[in-house]
Amino acid sequence: MTPAPSLIELRSASFGYGDRSIVSGVHVTVEPGEVVALLGPNGSGKSTLVKGLLGLADHQGGEVLLLGVPRDRFREHTRIGYVPQRHSLSASVRATVAEIVAVGRLPHRPWWKPASAEDRAVVAESIDAVGLSDRADEEVASLSGGQQRRVLIARALAGRPDLLVMDEPTAGVDTASQHALTDVLARLVAGGTSMLVVTHELDALHDVVTRIVCMDAGHLDFDGTPPEYEAHLALRAHHHGSGHHHDDPGRPGVRRVLGGGPLDPTAQAVAGE
Amino acid sequence: MSDMLALDFMRQALLAALLAGIAAPLVGTFLVQRRMSLIGDGMGHVALAGVAVGVLTGQQPVLTALVAAVAAGVAIELIRASGRTSGDVALAVMFYGGIALGVVLISRSSAGSPSNLTAYLFGAILTTSRGDLVVLAALAATVLGATLLLRPRFFAVANDEEYARSAGMPVMAYNLVLAVLTAVTVVVSMRVVGLLLISALMIIPNATAQLLSRSFAASVRWAVVIGVLSSVGGVVVSYEAETPSGGTIVLVAIATFLVVTAVSAVHGRLRRAAHARAERHDHEHGPRCGHPAVPHGDHVDYLHDGHRHAAHQGHYDEHGEHEEVTAR
Repeated sequence: MTPAPSLIELRSASFGYGDRSIVSGVHVTVEPGEVVALLGPNGSGKSTLVKGLLGLADHQGGEVLLLGVPRDRFREHTRIGYVPQRHSLSASVRATVAEIVAVGRLPHRPWWKPASAEDRAVVAESIDAVGLSDRADEEVASLSGGQQRRVLIARALAGRPDLLVMDEPTAGVDTASQHALTDVLARLVAGGTSMLVVTHELDALHDVVTRIVCMDAGHLDFDGTPPEYEAHLALRAHHHGSGHHHDDPGRPGVRRVLGGGPLDPTAQAVAGE
Repeated sequence: MSDMLALDFMRQALLAALLAGIAAPLVGTFLVQRRMSLIGDGMGHVALAGVAVGVLTGQQPVLTALVAAVAAGVAIELIRASGRTSGDVALAVMFYGGIALGVVLISRSSAGSPSNLTAYLFGAILTTSRGDLVVLAALAATVLGATLLLRPRFFAVANDEEYARSAGMPVMAYNLVLAVLTAVTVVVSMRVVGLLLISALMIIPNATAQLLSRSFAASVRWAVVIGVLSSVGGVVVSYEAETPSGGTIVLVAIATFLVVTAVSAVHGRLRRAAHARAERHDHEHGPRCGHPAVPHGDHVDYLHDGHRHAAHQGHYDEHGEHEEVTAR
């Protein structure tokens, strides 16, 4: 057996839309078992990077390997579970939590085949994994924003992915839901799920993240462990004082992490158990 | 009723209404979900040009209308997928071009009379021939079979196109199939409600169904039930009241919608009045939250400091004090 391939491997990859390039020359790998936070200010290209990986933005150059396979030949789409950034689920028609999560099973069977008992079992399991089993038959529109985010996580989990790719899972979520959400993420990580999480706030994730990658203006800015990131920020603050140019709109959120985290979302959730 | 069923053309009319009543709301569900409620209307406009070509060349108008509607459906999807802002204008040109061409061509044909045009625009269910009926039944069976088979896929693509694409589903292919099925439905319903009223039979039963159900599966079933009741009921009413069938069917569908809206509004108000909110807390109850869960009717209450809390939309309802604190 050869060693397991990297989940994601980018070699000077560029992504964009049409003839507009947004991300260029990016080298990143995500190994099995890693939880990588992709940080960066708005417009830095982090969402485009993730969409490029998933085939939702144009791949304009360099190499993109997914589970060791070049992107254009990659067919096992369900092995990478995408949790899009959506503020709410479509409310144009009614749908229950279980109906939305069941969508995650579709790529696993041919179009003419109805759902099997196994499909239903995996759907129930995925809903349980995000702590919503008591609300599986409720309409998604009646859930809070954070709970809807967890429905989308469950949908990705139903595909039985090797890697979860999440775009801003904690953005715009109220405190109570954020606690529940971090709790869910921590439990998934403990169960061995690898993750690539696009975010602009580390607070909710800082207990589970194993690596931090920063982007700015379409390029990688930093790639290292959380302690290395702290050192990087300290150095940057120093340079900042000596007039070295560096914009850092993400700083306030990051500072709180450095300060030991007065907002420790997992503490309360654990106490409740 | 029995004297109505004794008439050959009425039996055929009722059968045609049944077919349209099943097919139109079934396809309409996905149009509502994709926020494309008026697309059926546009396809109906283009189908009129197809009808006119059939009338002019002596072909079966049903078949030429089918070709025109399918072509329009595919064009709509391609224009939509291109994502250009000019797409909206392109659709308008196509739809009004279709209806204008239809009107002009029909007036040029030897069979061209105002009553002929009216029959296609507003429906002429009593003129449905046995041959028509066989074609319509085959088309309706196609729509029914394909929609039932592909329902989960159509739902997935309409619900979240971006996710469907990331999961490797052929999104464009499903959208094209749905466009073709919509076109077929337009032709199936053309005789029954008319090209100008087709969209109503696709959309209004779904609007009513949304008020009656909380799951997607249930809303599809309700839409078909309401669609059949409206179309068959509309034909019966039009026979008794001697009114045009198309308009009568749509008015029955709208009346159903209004009644259901009124009843559900009253029902909602009564429920709101009867329910009490629990105090706000920054804690979300769930199977692992640590609070004992107690089954209560169709839901689960969580015991919070001796009170039963039940999740309701974004907040918790107070379901009273819990005396015998029975931990799980």
